[in-house]
Amino acid sequence: MAHSGPKTPHPDTLAVHAGQSPDPATGARAVPIYQTASFVFPDTDTAAALFNMETPGHVYSRLSNPTLSVLEERVACLEEGVGAIATASGQAALHLAITALMGQGGHIVASASLYGGSHNLLHYTLPRFGVDTTFVPARDLDAWRAAIGPHTRLLFGESVGNPSVDVLDVPAVARVAHEHGIPLLVDGTVTTPILGRALEQGADLVMHSATKFLSGHGVVIGGVLVDGGRFDWGASEKFPTLTQPYEGFHGMVFAEESPVSAFLLRARREGLRDFGACMAPMTAFQVLQGLETLHLRMARHVENTDRIVDFLCGHEAVTRVHHPRVASHPDHALAQRLYPRGCSAILSFELDGGRDAGRRFIDSLTLFSHLANIGDAKSLVIHPATTTHWRMDDRALAAAGITPGTVRLSIGLEHPDDLVEDLARALRASRKK
Amino acid sequence: MQFIVQGYPAYAYTGARAFEPGHPAVVFIHGAAFDHSVWQWQSRYFAHHGYTVLAVDLPAHGRSPGRARPTIEAMADWVAAFIESAALERVALVGHSMGSLVALQCALSHPRAVAKLALVGASLPMPVGEAFLAAAHDDAPAGLDMEAIWGHSRHAMLATSAVPGMNLVGASRQLNGRSRAGVLHTDLAACQAWEVPEEKLAALDLPILVVGGQRDQMTPFKATQAAAAMLPGARFAALDAGHAMMTEAPRALLRALREFL
Repeated sequence: MAHSGPKTPHPDTLAVHAGQSPDPATGARAVPIYQTASFVFPDTDTAAALFNMETPGHVYSRLSNPTLSVLEERVACLEEGVGAIATASGQAALHLAITALMGQGGHIVASASLYGGSHNLLHYTLPRFGVDTTFVPARDLDAWRAAIGPHTRLLFGESVGNPSVDVLDVPAVARVAHEHGIPLLVDGTVTTPILGRALEQGADLVMHSATKFLSGHGVVIGGVLVDGGRFDWGASEKFPTLTQPYEGFHGMVFAEESPVSAFLLRARREGLRDFGACMAPMTAFQVLQGLETLHLRMARHVENTDRIVDFLCGHEAVTRVHHPRVASHPDHALAQRLYPRGCSAILSFELDGGRDAGRRFIDSLTLFSHLANIGDAKSLVIHPATTTHWRMDDRALAAAGITPGTVRLSIGLEHPDDLVEDLARALRASRKK
Repeated sequence: MQFIVQGYPAYAYTGARAFEPGHPAVVFIHGAAFDHSVWQWQSRYFAHHGYTVLAVDLPAHGRSPGRARPTIEAMADWVAAFIESAALERVALVGHSMGSLVALQCALSHPRAVAKLALVGASLPMPVGEAFLAAAHDDAPAGLDMEAIWGHSRHAMLATSAVPGMNLVGASRQLNGRSRAGVLHTDLAACQAWEVPEEKLAALDLPILVVGGQRDQMTPFKATQAAAAMLPGARFAALDAGHAMMTEAPRALLRALREFL
């Protein structure tokens, strides 16, 4: 028989309210900025209990802070996770996830289609600390499977890759991960929980660069890491950081302490405590200001992007448009299945005329800002081969779906007619020799 | 820590302290389709404040293997067997929801094993709605939704969590979601079938605390007040929380338990 459970608030309501009660001390309706390093203990017994995790609460803002907690709980609710940790940046969120799960000798299998910063961390930096990554084509499930070895502890990909706009088949990659008893971490920065929830699709962990769409205003650097709470860490010996006593916290066995929040406990009690990449309270407040309109903004981002994609597809100066809205895009059907409301305000395209045409195009734009970011209210443009992905050789660039002539756009919230006019003028300029 | 109870392995969390009989003992009993971790804060506190603590996983729950016991009486017998296996005497039993029925039944069936009773989110009887039972019977996601959402106050999903960074309703649902197939239904059916042995309640001769949540949607506040009125000499503590008082109001619940124990 069909069962209908009790109703839960819609994402639009969660984006505005989740995680916040009016301030009990003052009645303030807006989220107060608790700009304090530490919190007074009411008595010595409570102080000891807080330190020993016998009672929950705030001790020191590197570990937790009430303003950050509102953001963490709001994103956790939006993602339908069990909890979250706000971090100093998206990079810090990725680093925190990795270090909570593995140490020297650990291995990651990651999509080759990654943000350049993530690629740097995995390819150049972490090997120095004994953590290696094998990169695989995002769409090749056999390659994901083949790359998994005895020391693999994590699979990682972006919900929608940047800048080639390829869609990760989260349900399928999650199945591969779970066949091997390994969790899947998805970077959901580009899609946000409004367009699709990676945890619902099968991922175990999801992270965001909160700098992008979550905040939407491009004024802060921040990240969020969310745990779905479903992964069974104790099913194998692969995750001793969660299943064996941790001397750094009185021999705590995190998976015994709490099966559903073991990962977050380790990440907070060790990762934030020792690596210290916490978010500032003011940053959390600013991300929250943006988050309140996330549902409205994502709808407009998608609407504007659809208009721009259609315009570029019909333009003689453009040889190819990379966006799942285009019927010939290899992920067209997958995107419709996973992201029926639209999957990305990021697109890239190839200009007729290569690198020189690209330079003339970018220099002729007036509304689009030439900078290294995505997910702003303002429309943005960049040339990945010479900026975000400049450390990659041609082979790695090709694997990430980038050519010397690729131009990436992040479509903002301006009126679409004005964006089209700006692009039309710059495209005309790109054809002048 | 692993024990052998009724011939089978059984798990109890000891509050991250080595198990040492000899101190005043507190045994925590979880609710339907949950495990020891619902008592995370309270069990850890008492273990570090002079008590011997066992937060048990009932059979087929959490880390305890075996078959879920089909009646409250059978669960109570199992708890009594656990107390005996652990060589404890005259323990304080702290039960939540279904666990409160198990604790009360244990005190009735095994009076010499129990020194004190704390019943958190208890109603006597504890009826379970037909739709909830049907969804649980089919292991439908709606059953988990009902347990998680009615198991918290109405505003819990939109309020600041008492546990920084945690989505309490989501965490509770995932803990239920980890339970083995059929366990939620077995537990709920046991609650539904349990009849209040009214004629025996008057014979209870031990300190009793009933804790009620003023925003409880699962065992309504009035039902918890009525439960206290049925139990001889019972004290009553009201908390500003829903059914999941251990995480919704961890400090207030700790205060109430500390004063009582």
